[in-house]
Amino acid sequence: MMKTDVLIIGAGLIGASTALQLAMRGCRCIVIDKDSPGRHASGANAGGLRQLNRDPAEIPLTVEAAKMWRNIEALVDSDCDIRFSGQLRLAENQSDMDKLEQRAAMVRDMGYQHEEMIGKKELYQLVPALSPHCVGALICREDGYGRPYHALTAFRRKAEALGVTFHSSTEAYTIEQEGEGWQVRTSQGTFSSQILVNCTGAWAGQLAGLMNEPVSLTAKALMLMVTERLPHFVDPVMGAASRKLSFKQMQNGTLIIGGALIAKLDFALEQTEIDWHQLAKSANTVVDFFPQLKDVRIVRAWAGIEGFMPDNIPVIGASQTMKNAYHAFGFSAHGFQLSPVVGRIMAQLILEGRSELPIEPFSIGRF
Amino acid sequence: MFKQLPNDAAEKVEVILNQQTVLVPLGTTVAAMALAQGLRATRTTPVSGAKRAPFCMMGVCYDCLMIIDGQANQRACATYVRQGMQVETQQGVGPLLGDVL
Amino acid sequence: MKNHYQLLIIGGGPAGLAAAVTAANQGVSCALLDEQPAPGGQIYRSIESVPEQRAQTLGAEYRRGKELAAAFRECNVDYFSETRVWSLNREREVGVLHKDKSKIITADQILVASGAIERPVPFPGWTLPGVMQAGAGQILFKSAGVIPDDGVVLAGSGPLLLLLAWQYMQVGVEIKAMLDVTPLSNNLLAMPKLPKALLAHHYLTKGLVYQRDLKRAGVVTKIAVSDLRAEGEDNLHAVCYRHLGREHRIETDLLMTHFGVIPHIWLTQAAGCKHQWDKSQQCWRPQHDKWGNTSIEGILVAGDGAGINGAKSAEHAGRLVALQALFALGVLSQEERNKQSANERKCMQSERHIRPFLEAYFAIPQTILATPDKDTIVCRCEEITAGQIREAVANSHADSNQVKYLSRCGMGACQGRQCANAVAHIVADAGGQPVSAKSHFRGRPPVAPLTLQQLASLEEQR
Repeated sequence: MMKTDVLIIGAGLIGASTALQLAMRGCRCIVIDKDSPGRHASGANAGGLRQLNRDPAEIPLTVEAAKMWRNIEALVDSDCDIRFSGQLRLAENQSDMDKLEQRAAMVRDMGYQHEEMIGKKELYQLVPALSPHCVGALICREDGYGRPYHALTAFRRKAEALGVTFHSSTEAYTIEQEGEGWQVRTSQGTFSSQILVNCTGAWAGQLAGLMNEPVSLTAKALMLMVTERLPHFVDPVMGAASRKLSFKQMQNGTLIIGGALIAKLDFALEQTEIDWHQLAKSANTVVDFFPQLKDVRIVRAWAGIEGFMPDNIPVIGASQTMKNAYHAFGFSAHGFQLSPVVGRIMAQLILEGRSELPIEPFSIGRF
Repeated sequence: MFKQLPNDAAEKVEVILNQQTVLVPLGTTVAAMALAQGLRATRTTPVSGAKRAPFCMMGVCYDCLMIIDGQANQRACATYVRQGMQVETQQGVGPLLGDVL
Repeated sequence: MKNHYQLLIIGGGPAGLAAAVTAANQGVSCALLDEQPAPGGQIYRSIESVPEQRAQTLGAEYRRGKELAAAFRECNVDYFSETRVWSLNREREVGVLHKDKSKIITADQILVASGAIERPVPFPGWTLPGVMQAGAGQILFKSAGVIPDDGVVLAGSGPLLLLLAWQYMQVGVEIKAMLDVTPLSNNLLAMPKLPKALLAHHYLTKGLVYQRDLKRAGVVTKIAVSDLRAEGEDNLHAVCYRHLGREHRIETDLLMTHFGVIPHIWLTQAAGCKHQWDKSQQCWRPQHDKWGNTSIEGILVAGDGAGINGAKSAEHAGRLVALQALFALGVLSQEERNKQSANERKCMQSERHIRPFLEAYFAIPQTILATPDKDTIVCRCEEITAGQIREAVANSHADSNQVKYLSRCGMGACQGRQCANAVAHIVADAGGQPVSAKSHFRGRPPVAPLTLQQLASLEEQR
């Protein structure tokens, strides 16, 4: 039997970040995963580092996370190949502008400065290649993007350097309370720990079920497509106020295109099926914004399996029914940005019983 | 390096290869034409700038990418010559797309 | 093009053409989709337009394709040439690009006859201009009459190398050397399989005739060659190798290599068909039963795309699997299927007698498949070296897909077609695990690149 202080289930970015923060505080951790690190959402996401247009409950966390990403090399000894190129939410007409202006005002009223409106002139200075029909945008200049698997690898390796061990192909079968602690029987033997943390993304509902704390989580597969390499022509990451779009040019010149496009999913078999009609719509949207790209080739499409909560904000916090159990999951396709700060919050919760940032909105008991 | 055996039966078309007009039998792929015209490399890679040439000739290696009629990243081995076709060696990711880029 | 067919055949090589001829005139709606402008696949490429003299030089086996193409032209199926299939899924939805417009069509029975590609084997310098696959040389010859002008070095292993040398000799191409990397130890492993191979002795006889002719013509053949290297700055200048314990160097601006062929599985993989690692053929192939049924109902395979057995076997398999499709469609009874296919199966099996011997004799050694040279580029698209792959494995990125996530190998335009095999071998070698069905990159559609506008045109169908 493997014994540890904290057993983290799920070797995605949230699990790795939590393990790292615990190890930095001298705590012994083991991370187990039924597949390999970053096999699903943490490896397959679009890598957006975005404070822009988040749920108000997430704003305090995302602002803190942005500071951590700025200084990420100090935390994980790697720059995670990050670019701070800004993120934009495009307005195509006055009604879009009104919507975005309302949003900017709301964020200002909360006392934050990271989201601001720009007009047509500045927009086309920032993105000269954009189709001329746009009228302005909401911008967060500090935002950007990274390479998800690189970031995960950096978090994992730093955690390993501090003594954390990661076990792949280790699927949890049963979870039982043993006195104050936990016993988890897995495909690779039994693990025993004082504390258990559920960071299993799309599988967190099943895990929470095993822990007798059912939660309403839906697994969905989000599609992305990537193009051949192109000459560098655009810096900021782009979304649109009233259309499904997520668009960025990566460091190597490829474009990553997405925007909440849902693939067909057989969750039990972990089989995803690309919905070409949706991607065709998405291709149309891209060509509307960048007509010059019509002859650019898509070389790859994929769908990553992620956990969604009914209100599209995550569960972060202690179990409401059991001692020594914690959850961090359900990031609903925008967890990449939050991952460093969530790791820190989890470590504070586990070791000090408090969080420096407000996490009440993310309670598992909120439904 | 290569030569093309004469084929009197085949109709010939004019193709512009790197600004030079050449006569090519119809039914020839762009890659075969480029090799027969003595072109050693048909592109440079976007990663290191290394020179590359057609490798598999059956459309699976994507190493014969050239600029054909202004469009970058065309598989020369899977494209057949047409009258008036313009073919250019591709450098890296190819030319900028349109005026504003 | 209709939105639905009862039988859809993908690929216009020997398996696909034979299947179409069999299925035609049976009262089912049937279409054949192929990327080439004319029937024949790679093996019979340009068979309808090749000048007679060139066809003679290429040999009787190539000319066999004429009959097949003619029969296909006569038969009653919807033929779509220059049509690219970019997607296939388990619901038998087929993404098609035809005349620059994309479309998704469906079929009750889909026969994937995707043929083979040459096994890509990385070695130092293999990305230099002037280094090509032997099959590429043959395609240049067949389709355009383009042949080497200043001589060529041929290197590798397998019957195609010998055939190409012989064909080149017929048109006066100078063969500077034949460098056979087949290890001598393969002889011993192949010997027990020789008696069965003698049942297909015409293949062996032909090989011996080619060898004799080449020898008479004074072509230098070196056997059990190792450490093959292509040298040059921007282009190939020389080929280096080891033979009988000594280093050799031949100046040349053209090297053609061959390391056998492997099934082109990208479509069956995209569909989610189960695949297995075939140890004898040293490649993945779709699992299928003796009627060509894959693990997905209504998706069938025939020809080299189902496992390497050569063009003639592919033709018989194409007919046999077409009969199965007709049975599944309710056009033929089981009894009729069995009766009509009996002779095809017999012929197919007799064509295959030679295979175990060939597979053992021409097996590529592990030291070549999993190149030990750390500076050799493995992923031609993203220029990822064997050393980077080994380092990723050492840093506990334990399988091909994790190595891909980390390094981008297999993420280029070719979709991993050129590196999937080598990456699997190197990862297996570095990790001390055998190559398995799981060692392949997970499929990432589209199977062939599609422009944004071509993809967007899918909406016009609605």
